[in-house]
Amino acid sequence: MEKQVLSVGQISEYIKSKLDTDPRLSNIAVRGEISNYKVYPSGHHYFTLKDETGAMRCVMFKSNAYRLRFRPENGMKVIAMGSVTVYVRDGAYQLYCTAMAMDGIGDLYAAFEQLKSKLAAQGLFNPEHKKPLPRYPGTIGIITSEAGAAVHDMLRILRKRYPLTQVRLLPVRVQGTEAPGEIASAIAYANHFQLADLLIVGRGGGSIEDLWAFNDEQVARAIFASKIPVISAVGHEPDVTISDFVADLRAATPSNAAELAVPDQDALRQQLDSLEQAMTLAMKRKLNRAEERLAHLANRPVLQSPFESFEQRRKALKLLETRLIGAQNQTVSKYRQRFVAQTAKLDAMSPLKVLTRGYAVASTQSGAIIRSAAEVNPGEQITVRVSDGSIRANVIEGKMDHE
Amino acid sequence: MNEKNQSFEASLSRLEQIVRALEHGDIALEESLNLFQEGTQLVRSCQKLLDDAELQVKKVHAGVDGNPVEGEFTDDTE
Repeated sequence: MEKQVLSVGQISEYIKSKLDTDPRLSNIAVRGEISNYKVYPSGHHYFTLKDETGAMRCVMFKSNAYRLRFRPENGMKVIAMGSVTVYVRDGAYQLYCTAMAMDGIGDLYAAFEQLKSKLAAQGLFNPEHKKPLPRYPGTIGIITSEAGAAVHDMLRILRKRYPLTQVRLLPVRVQGTEAPGEIASAIAYANHFQLADLLIVGRGGGSIEDLWAFNDEQVARAIFASKIPVISAVGHEPDVTISDFVADLRAATPSNAAELAVPDQDALRQQLDSLEQAMTLAMKRKLNRAEERLAHLANRPVLQSPFESFEQRRKALKLLETRLIGAQNQTVSKYRQRFVAQTAKLDAMSPLKVLTRGYAVASTQSGAIIRSAAEVNPGEQITVRVSDGSIRANVIEGKMDHE
Repeated sequence: MNEKNQSFEASLSRLEQIVRALEHGDIALEESLNLFQEGTQLVRSCQKLLDDAELQVKKVHAGVDGNPVEGEFTDDTE
């Protein structure tokens, strides 16, 4: 009986299919120490994980390696996540690593999740506890290290955006065992002496251990207890801490906290300009309406006799207008010019202009416009308005076109 | 207390009130003009507050009696 002869590739493929279908080898976490760490020009990372009893080849593709939050080094103890499969060409099994964390940090994550669920259950993150931030904070308390770049980043942005505010810096240590106590005390101290209208609590970027003070329960409770609204500003955009959950507002970075804390003076100046424009426009409209009304009233024949009082009101109006002009600055007069130009355009379109082209408007003695030959009687006195004045005339006959 | 900031905030809110009154309110001409003048002055004073503003930075620590003591903070970004 002859044995079936298999190719090397067939064996490798067979072993690969065995491994690929074994759930105990996919999506696993492997603890070990890194050796032979190499980054290839392709961007893929190759290394060996080993412990006292064994070793395993590992590969991490560029797309996954890109997301690493630390720089792996030989001798480092890590936990690598991924699946074991066979690289058929070499006939070797490898861990295809999709993510990797420093060993020991797993404990930190567990502690983080534990505290997060505990405080969430106690309602510390509930939206109803979030205090609104003042729109124009007079004094901002910054609780951070006085040595780091973060404080300077924040001051630079506050100075640029809204220099009307004042800053009180409460320097604290932001990492190490003393940090949580100091941060929590500073928050309580600022509240006790009402040192600010708004607090920014945070620090610049760092490793997860560096940011750990902001995952401390003491700090979380101090933020929660603060009567002064708190913006948390820890690390970089992807870093999320317990402080972020409990604070009234989470900023991605310290610089971002400064941006969220105050209005932007450029926007405020624009707002002032548009308020001034709106005010000027409304005033012009009012003034024009009054002028029109006055002109209209003064022209009514029945009111021609008490002319004196109209003259007085006209003078008063002129006076008001003079005061308006006095109150106007460059901006205002610019708008006035534009307004006058607009009025001239309107005037050009006015029906009165039609009269200059030879048309006339006839009206009865009571002032009603005559639209039909049937509206007049022979002998009736009418007024014919032409462009530069009016003609009083007697009707001889009202003759309809189709009679 | 930050008086300049308070004055800015109050002026801005008064200004918004004036514009609303001028746009929608049924107020006499004389009164309108008074409001207009007040508003123009508020715009100027707000602009001046922003122009003249300089961020003040103090470092605070607890004194021997526990009360806050303010000190200078050297800010190299200035």
